[in-house]
Amino acid sequence: MTANLTLAVVAGVVIACGVYLITERSLSRILIGVVLASNGVNVLFLVASGPAGGAPIIGVTPKDAMADPLPQAMVLTAIVITLSVAAFVMTMAYRSFQTNGDDEVPDDVEDARIAELARADRTSESFEELRFSDTGEDVVSE
Amino acid sequence: MNNLLAVPVLLCLFGAAVTFLAGRRPRLQRAVSVTAVAAVSSVAGLLVWLTDAGPLVLWVGDWPRPLGIVLVADRLAALMLLVAALVSLAVLLYSTGQDDDELRRETPVSIFHPTFLLLVAGVSNAFLAGDLFNLYVSFELLLFASYVLLTMGGTRDRIRAGSVYVVVNLVSSALFLVAIASTYAATGTVNLAQLSLRLADLPEQVQTVLQVLLLAVFAIKAAVFPLSAWLPHSYPTAPAPVTAVFAGLLTKVGVYAMIRTQTLLFPDQPLTVVLGVAGVATMLIGILGAVAQSGIKRMLSFTLVSHIGYMVFGIALGTPAAIAGAIFYAAHHITIQATLFLVAGLVERVGGSTSLDRLGGLARVSPLLGALFLVPAMNLAGIPPLSGFVAKLALLQAGIADGGWVAWSLVATGVVTSLLTLYAMAKVWNRAFWGVVPESTVANVAGFDAPEKGRLLPGLMVGATLGLVLLALVFTVAAGPLYAYVDRSAHALADGSYLAAVLGGAGR
Repeated sequence: MTANLTLAVVAGVVIACGVYLITERSLSRILIGVVLASNGVNVLFLVASGPAGGAPIIGVTPKDAMADPLPQAMVLTAIVITLSVAAFVMTMAYRSFQTNGDDEVPDDVEDARIAELARADRTSESFEELRFSDTGEDVVSE
Repeated sequence: MNNLLAVPVLLCLFGAAVTFLAGRRPRLQRAVSVTAVAAVSSVAGLLVWLTDAGPLVLWVGDWPRPLGIVLVADRLAALMLLVAALVSLAVLLYSTGQDDDELRRETPVSIFHPTFLLLVAGVSNAFLAGDLFNLYVSFELLLFASYVLLTMGGTRDRIRAGSVYVVVNLVSSALFLVAIASTYAATGTVNLAQLSLRLADLPEQVQTVLQVLLLAVFAIKAAVFPLSAWLPHSYPTAPAPVTAVFAGLLTKVGVYAMIRTQTLLFPDQPLTVVLGVAGVATMLIGILGAVAQSGIKRMLSFTLVSHIGYMVFGIALGTPAAIAGAIFYAAHHITIQATLFLVAGLVERVGGSTSLDRLGGLARVSPLLGALFLVPAMNLAGIPPLSGFVAKLALLQAGIADGGWVAWSLVATGVVTSLLTLYAMAKVWNRAFWGVVPESTVANVAGFDAPEKGRLLPGLMVGATLGLVLLALVFTVAAGPLYAYVDRSAHALADGSYLAAVLGGAGR
């Protein structure tokens, strides 16, 4: 099979841009990143389908000059899925904007709490005490 | 007989359509979805029995073979399908058992049932898929349903958890497409059986690249360290039934795909070292994370990650005995982990919280709840004679029989992880179920006396949880025949019966 270098390079660049955007914090940028990356992957399917050819329809193109139809079917499915993904992420970004006032992906609350504890190193002394306390109060979490 | 293979997927999709249209009639919705999932369970049970004679194959649409979409059920797929369907059924019953007040708050009725059925359809299709692209489509199906279920209600916390989950899975889906495109470019097919024959002809480096790509995709789904950070972040905020079904099914679909890839596509290079190191890290880091948590749901999410490591243990060694251990572990773990999350939901109902800091004395408030937690918790930790012990024992024996340094470190880590799991579970038991009942719990329980709030522990919720606990005990009681079945399925993965059934001697 001969691969098309231009298509491969285009796919690589588009996916790289997509990945860069996905690493951003704001959901709308992530959305653009996801769409870019998916399109890059779709181009990759064109690379996979081998040399270009005519429309794969019997009676229109002679058998030897046809393009491989299977990757086209796959790309079509992938495009539909990307469309719905884009719709979902957009809704999520909007909802996040409604509840938080921005569409950034925040830090994990619990992670931050554990990091805080580790920094203060309060767990070691308080743990015994809290295990046998009758009050139900806890020193660690607050 | 072969047409049976399409039934689980079709029933769920059809049920999803009906429940979607019946959005304003919750009773009808519940009836339809429970019927659909119950029917799927019985079909899956039939499949388990039928596939013991040999794999069943259905060429959808009867296109010229091997071009079309193919559904295949061998013993492994049928067993996973059965356990998954039974667990979904229990979770569905549990969620219908929630009283209307809670139901409205936790899971908006009109959306929950259709989405849940789509999830089950996706999971069933993933187990039955006979080609890579169909596997991709079923992943997308189940992921989309899971996005909706996870962000249900659109509260601040769920959107926060959901955004991480969605983005991680989008990346893994894109990676899956890259893997499919590369596989197709290299071999000219996506049919698993054909791939199994054609991949062997490729240069070794190309094979390794494809294998690592596919394994990375499935490892993200299965939450194998270092690709596991998304799981404890996103699962705990969802409602209890949703978390239970996610924890039980979604990660196991990833594990199933890993077993399939390793045994069918790349039987000659098990990548033992890479997977072994990943398994050790998953077990240890997961359980250490669990020990550090003070919320039950979060702790359970971390133990989920940790115990995925056991399945990776089996996959890494790749011998039939180890694969059999991994399959048995997966079946056992689907049930146990779902049960524990359902119990966490009950704990939240009684105690008003799942934070260990605000709980106490639950075993005094409700001894039944205590028993419902204790049995699966001990099962998870692997206390004999429960099925968790059988599964761990099988893996440890396979590891010792293998005997390399990777196998020994996996065995050692497996034992340590089991102990630490016991520690984590004992911590929950000590702090949530023993001790003095805090005032918040007393107030919460007293609140249930008001007539409009419903009963403290509705019969259906307890019944569904109890059903799952008993199912796990069936794994224990029937461990002999079940393990023999699993052992046969693991050996069948290696003997080429899958290839013969799908291609029928038609060659490549």
